[in-house]
Amino acid sequence: MTEFSANEVSGWLDNMQASLHSISDANDPFLMIGIRTGGVDVGKHLHSSLGLDEPLGELNISFYRDDFSTVGLHPVVGPSQVPVNVDGRHIVLVDDVLSTGRTVRAAMNEIFDYGRPSRITLAVLVQRAGHELPIRADIIGHAIDIDEHQHVSLNAETMTVSVGQKN
Amino acid sequence: MIKSDPQFNQFNKLHHFLSIDGLDKTTLTHILDTAEGFTSVNDKAIKNVPLLRGKTVANLFFENSTRTRTAFELAAKRLSADVLTIDLVSSSTKKGESLLDTLRVLEALQSDMFVVRHSDSGAADFIARHVAPTINIINGGDGQHAHPTQAMLDMFTIRRCKGDFSKLCVVIIGDIRHSRVARSGIAALVTLGTAEVRVVGPQTLMPADVESLGVTVYRDIDKALKDADVVMGLRLQSERMSSATIPSTSEFYQAYGLTPERMRLAKPDAIVMHPGPTNRGVEIAASVADGKQSVILQQVTYGIAVRMAVMSIIMGHGEEVREAEMNKE
Repeated sequence: MTEFSANEVSGWLDNMQASLHSISDANDPFLMIGIRTGGVDVGKHLHSSLGLDEPLGELNISFYRDDFSTVGLHPVVGPSQVPVNVDGRHIVLVDDVLSTGRTVRAAMNEIFDYGRPSRITLAVLVQRAGHELPIRADIIGHAIDIDEHQHVSLNAETMTVSVGQKN
Repeated sequence: MIKSDPQFNQFNKLHHFLSIDGLDKTTLTHILDTAEGFTSVNDKAIKNVPLLRGKTVANLFFENSTRTRTAFELAAKRLSADVLTIDLVSSSTKKGESLLDTLRVLEALQSDMFVVRHSDSGAADFIARHVAPTINIINGGDGQHAHPTQAMLDMFTIRRCKGDFSKLCVVIIGDIRHSRVARSGIAALVTLGTAEVRVVGPQTLMPADVESLGVTVYRDIDKALKDADVVMGLRLQSERMSSATIPSTSEFYQAYGLTPERMRLAKPDAIVMHPGPTNRGVEIAASVADGKQSVILQQVTYGIAVRMAVMSIIMGHGEEVREAEMNKE
């Protein structure tokens, strides 16, 4: 088990904030949307540190997952909330960990049911190996090279990240 | 959970939704929480979610019902399922085909789920016991027995408007005896730990064993309404009773009608519910049904999310059952 301290994670968030700052455009401000639950936790930090005006959107992608027919319904973590029209907007989609890319695919499918954004930028706290789809993050807090038997999890209360063996 | 409960499959997962009886608080709460997630689908430009894409849901209505049928149809469509609505009131059952023959035909059409509405108590249960094991059944109302999705949408409405069941006093008024809505509603309220469930109505419209359901029986509506948080009216089911059960609808209204004066006995922030269709001037005054405290139309809206939740929960266990069936062959 490897544990990354709140200090280290805070540094990753700073990296993300700097990258987001560099792509921000006053004439075309981006709209931030987090994927429940970890992406919302990361999104809240970035949203407040960047001082964004528009509210943080939240996506519950349980109903868009591609494994319903095999594993059934995933735990439902509250309704999606996208309070701002996404049509023609630059979306910054935030998640805690990018691995297979399936969650991001589901999230993008859901976003397109809300409207047609002009652009989507993917920002993740941790990018790890294990891609199963041609999806990579544009903004990465930290990249970890670990094998498929390990899992990465964010503790939202302490804002620490742990890497351990899968059960 | 009892093994022989037809609602559960061999892996002890909810496979059919036939009745509130036999379901525990965790299961009911899981349905309500899942429904909460579905409430946001109406915010989207495209109101569907792709969960049941490629699945076929057949609505089998052996008894007329516009609102329940429409709500199930819309729920299945919102989940991206293909929906067949088969009006069996005027169909082959009238031509002498047996219920089992009809079932085999519908199975042959490769449906994945049947929503069954029938005037006989126990019809959905019978179908669940005789249908192919991969098919899920939802009871959309059977005779005087059960209407579990109505109960769940009522619970969802109460939870949204009033919160914690353990602090609530709920009053159900009217024709308890003939009402599957009341029967399922009481079971759900008791299972969810409602502080007090009161029923009130004429003795002739009270089931004999009603106290054993965990409710307090009142004869006097004014006493029953005192300090209530939730007031649930029921439709007087003229088609399910012999004419002799109550003297007349106007006398019923005098004794048990939900009037604005009576509503003042309940808590000032009490909500008024009714499964519809309402008989105005029989069980409820028009000014109460359309009044500020009425959540009758919210019940209809929430019915979509709740039925989406039930459908997606019971259809989510398909793979295990299909594999078990393949291994048998």
